[in-house]
Amino acid sequence: MISEEIHDASVVAPAFDVQAIREQFPILHRTVYNKPLVYLDSAATSQKPQRVIDAIVHYYTELNSNIHRGVHRLSQDATTAYEHARKAMQQFVNARSSREIIFTRGCTEGMNLIASTFGRTAVGEGDEILISEMEHHSNIVPWQMLCREKGATLRVIPISDSGELRMDEYERMLNERTKLVSVVHVSNSLGTVNPIKEVIDIAHARGIPVVVDGAQATPHISVDVQALDCDFYTVSGHKMYGPTGIGFVYGKAELLEPLPPYQGGGDMILSVTFEKTIYNELPFRYEAGTPNIEGAIALTAAVDFIRQTGYEAIAAHEHDLLMYATELLSEIPEIHLIGTARSKAGVVAFTIDDIHPHDIGTFLDREGVAIRTGHHCTQPVMKRYGVPATNRVSFAVYNTREEIEVLIRALHGVITMFR
Amino acid sequence: MNELQELYQQVILDHNRNPRNYGELQDATCSAEGFNPLCGDQINVALVVKDGVIEDVKFTGSGCAISKASASIMTSVLKGKTVAEAEQTFDTFHHLVTEEDDDVDMESLGKLAVFAGVREFPARVKCASLCWHTMRNAIEGSGEIISTE
Repeated sequence: MISEEIHDASVVAPAFDVQAIREQFPILHRTVYNKPLVYLDSAATSQKPQRVIDAIVHYYTELNSNIHRGVHRLSQDATTAYEHARKAMQQFVNARSSREIIFTRGCTEGMNLIASTFGRTAVGEGDEILISEMEHHSNIVPWQMLCREKGATLRVIPISDSGELRMDEYERMLNERTKLVSVVHVSNSLGTVNPIKEVIDIAHARGIPVVVDGAQATPHISVDVQALDCDFYTVSGHKMYGPTGIGFVYGKAELLEPLPPYQGGGDMILSVTFEKTIYNELPFRYEAGTPNIEGAIALTAAVDFIRQTGYEAIAAHEHDLLMYATELLSEIPEIHLIGTARSKAGVVAFTIDDIHPHDIGTFLDREGVAIRTGHHCTQPVMKRYGVPATNRVSFAVYNTREEIEVLIRALHGVITMFR
Repeated sequence: MNELQELYQQVILDHNRNPRNYGELQDATCSAEGFNPLCGDQINVALVVKDGVIEDVKFTGSGCAISKASASIMTSVLKGKTVAEAEQTFDTFHHLVTEEDDDVDMESLGKLAVFAGVREFPARVKCASLCWHTMRNAIEGSGEIISTE
């Protein structure tokens, strides 16, 4: 399974069959309030294909035991499966070595891990950390905490009205005090795909390391950490068809190697006495305690699903949905789109005149349509656009044009009711 | 009437469009701010309380139709009530929007009875009760920012 090449250009993708995709997701066949479920909230969490569900069941039916510990058969098999998952993640983002893959609970823990290990080492008093105005709270708060601890300053790259990074401002804000840049690859509230390679190159030209929040990127686009040359990259499993509570951090081995541990405990040590502890080597030094074993194994199944479907097919289908939804929403005069960047993935956000998103969300819910309403953990973005909240429609590979039409009909219902 | 129509009754839609007692209260004796981080609702409730009687109460802020209508109707209902009566009304109101049973004195609720539909929408209970929690907090004078989370 893991010996296969992820990017296999020799395989010609068959015509995209969304129904065949939907067949793989059992939850999509259920109803809510006696209406077919129209799930348009994949940016919050994606649904899971049968093979991911099966992987979890298989683990607990056949393999369950603790890893890196036992000499017995089950422990060896579980350890093999867990480390096989690490190799699968290495291939998935094209890291040089599986030592550079640290499993975490998700991107939030990933950011906290980077901030409290690399951040603590790299940032000192009077230094600056640069993030952007479109960051998720998980790429704001850990850095704020670090700045407070170190007496450093958090600076923010502004975004344009359309929701794009102001690259001119970015270049201007970098200076000799900038010790770290941490920017989102794909925005969860605007859908903007940032020119992340350019962001990295500009920082590297000044010797500044770059952390990339990839939570909303890996569900939609192929990521090659060596090509990007990012220093750290965080991935969330449940946004990309995997289970919740699992994700990983990619970090360059030469950066991880000299760092202090993240959490202390079992599995991250080589030897412990009350006087002294010798820490384990990479990547185990960063994974204290029994990890989410079935999560890592099931994430491998999610990666298999993405590979089999193909990023090209996923991107093409989702782009079609994005264009179709944008077109239909734009035809409704009461609707105002928030986030109109030239390059977008998976997300359309909007407001409807003075109808509060929470009321819209409740109305759509009763039509079977699940969308996210609120600030999407990006309160600074809401402030930037002068709105308390937005309605966010987000897509995955299993959505259809018909579902967008159901959404549009329901939105007309909302507007009529509140008129 | 389906559950959605029950939730968004005309009275609620009307109070949402034209909220009563909306604005700053110049001679307020106490006030508090409340947040619902789930949906971004934010409210400020200010009162004039003299000798244990709520002489005036107003609110400002932004929120969904349910939270705005709830604040609008709450402020209308509370004016002239004693603090003890306000507490009791809150308890009855809370019971109305959270409990399945019909063990509520609907008569004592008056206009507040339009919120009976909220109980079918557990995700919206916080919207309806935010202004009440904030009012209680203002009177208790803790001065802390309250959150429904």
